[in-house]
Amino acid sequence: MAKLYSREALEEILRAYREWEDNILPQWLSRMPERQEEFTTLSGIPVKRLYTPADLKDYDYMEKLGVPGAYPFTRGIHATMYRARLWTMRMFSGYGGPEETNERLKMLIKAGETGLSLAFDNPTLVGVDPDDPLAEGAVGVVGVSVPTLVDMEILFRDINLGEVTTNMTINPPAPVLLSFYVAVAEKQGVSYDRIGGTTQNDPLKEFIGQKTHVFPPEAAVKVAMDVIEWSVKNLPKWNPISISGYHIREAGATAVQELAFTLADGIEYVRQLIARGLDVDEFAPRLSFFFDSHINFFEEIAKFRAARRMWARIMKEWFGAKKPRSLWLRFHVQTAGCSLYPQQPWLNIVRTALEALAAVLGGCQSLHTNAFDEPFRVPSEFAAKIALRTQQIIAYETGVADVIDPLAGSYFVEWLTDEMEERAWRYIERIESLGGMLEAVKKGYPQREVEEAAYRFQREVEEGRRFIVGVNIFREEDVEEARRVPLLEFNQEEVERRQKERVRKVRSMRDEARWRRALDELRGATERGDNIMPYVLNAVKAYATIGEIMGVLKDVYGTYVEPPYY
Amino acid sequence: MSMELTLSRPTTRRKVKVLVAKIGLDGHDRGAKVIARALRDAGFEVVYTGLRQTVDQVVAAAIQEDVDIIGVNQHEGSHVYIARKLLEKLREYGADDILVVMGGSIPVVDLDVLKNIGVREVFLPGTPINEIVDKLLRIAEERRSRREV
Repeated sequence: MAKLYSREALEEILRAYREWEDNILPQWLSRMPERQEEFTTLSGIPVKRLYTPADLKDYDYMEKLGVPGAYPFTRGIHATMYRARLWTMRMFSGYGGPEETNERLKMLIKAGETGLSLAFDNPTLVGVDPDDPLAEGAVGVVGVSVPTLVDMEILFRDINLGEVTTNMTINPPAPVLLSFYVAVAEKQGVSYDRIGGTTQNDPLKEFIGQKTHVFPPEAAVKVAMDVIEWSVKNLPKWNPISISGYHIREAGATAVQELAFTLADGIEYVRQLIARGLDVDEFAPRLSFFFDSHINFFEEIAKFRAARRMWARIMKEWFGAKKPRSLWLRFHVQTAGCSLYPQQPWLNIVRTALEALAAVLGGCQSLHTNAFDEPFRVPSEFAAKIALRTQQIIAYETGVADVIDPLAGSYFVEWLTDEMEERAWRYIERIESLGGMLEAVKKGYPQREVEEAAYRFQREVEEGRRFIVGVNIFREEDVEEARRVPLLEFNQEEVERRQKERVRKVRSMRDEARWRRALDELRGATERGDNIMPYVLNAVKAYATIGEIMGVLKDVYGTYVEPPYY
Repeated sequence: MSMELTLSRPTTRRKVKVLVAKIGLDGHDRGAKVIARALRDAGFEVVYTGLRQTVDQVVAAAIQEDVDIIGVNQHEGSHVYIARKLLEKLREYGADDILVVMGGSIPVVDLDVLKNIGVREVFLPGTPINEIVDKLLRIAEERRSRREV
């Protein structure tokens, strides 16, 4: 037991607090009334005017905080944190074809980013080829188009896959994109034990946010678990899943919902993998997470700290994990796209900086900072560079990375961390009672909760109960400022034409017999319920396209159409 | 075809009817759903298409549902392409009296482009819902009075 405060100390503090509340505060309040009747976080948690040790009265330091690098990891997963190694500066990028994005990646590496992160276009995200009618007008628009192994090779021209780590935001076609990556690494002579990076590969959150789902929930989870199982056995440095709260939050969830739903997704995956016969300590160290960092500063920091503590407890107490690494909640953060606005767009630079600061104070392992022009289009080089430099200023100028978990011990931050945790547990209990997250998603429970929260937030903004500078306060009617933002320009029609042409060329030049055999074998494996990864990798090497491989999987698994939830 | 539709319309005043549409592969549906619900709360009759609709499906639904307005939510950057196709299709089916409005992540420089194509209103993120409601009511009113002449 390591109680922070003795009973005597608490009594004295509480006496002083009550005296302040009774005798000093009322005079001040009558002269200077508070700005609002009630102050709440973005999740709607009411916050008091002042926090003292009395708010942490039975606080057990060792139980709740401990030391960095040890259970319950509230203070950070590493003993040294940023004093030894800064977080990875990983800028989510991609547009046009592989040629354009290859240039952008090289620019970012030159500018000092320390990890790569790929944004794919919508056709790639849902696994259709550039010449599919569904892809019309969308090739290379919101990310890079990568339909074949040939495209992936061009994308990583002059970039050694043994020297970088790459995140790929890809979900239903994760087996395909991972296979492209592995095949390119093989061609570059990089051995499997040196291939590092992440596939997002988180199917459950697709039904709650992001919505690039393809297969129905059960099949979607099965495919994702195949990727994890195969990666754990073959790619020791690969993070085969990034359990993501980001998209849930962007779809309108509160911070509490983001926290709870993400961990509940994680719980479901752990159960699925154990049910396959995997040992928890075999795969748990390879699970990674991804959160949003929104604008309500302390709530975000509390969320990150609570997440670490909760996950460590879940893995240790629920699943009996033994390895310390199995208890680590390693996470990437992206600043909140949904907090950016087109009105007075330069202000987005400031919002992003504050959100990035919260991520760092919350102990993230890697970070993407949004560019200020994102309400309009995929970032220009100019805007992307400012976003990256924002991280570099936080890392190298502010000194916030020099002390581990510097906000620990703040009465408010610790109280809020406990409160986030408490509220998130209640959601997790509810999801457990529905039979876990897969069942909850099939019933539409998290979907409805998020829609409700999105609407509530909008109404709060409309009614002036939430302030957004330039939107509902300090508005300027003039849009000239927004017109002056220099946007990324590229010839999309030309990219689409080029991508269509290339995919047709790949189809015409490959070994027809080998290609057909690979797809037939994939179909067989899919029907039998085998792990599809080796078969997808084989098909990719036979130059099967993303649309062809996904076509086989869709034939067997069927496709998902979202039912209306309201 | 549009003549028939006009004649078959009930003469009593009815609620302004809006089809909220997601066209293409984009999954960002937060705005579409929030708007659909806000418009319903404001007294509109609202139909939401769901995700990944084609232009043909949206035009068919708009005609079948006999809507005043199609509200297209776009976050994937192909708004100009989609708007062109949608308005073309509406004309093809003689349903170009149905008004098209758009909202989403749209560069300011494209606002005039969209209006020139024939998109009646474009709403950027941060636009107050009251403003959207007022504008939609006004253009729907204009449309109905034109049709009654």
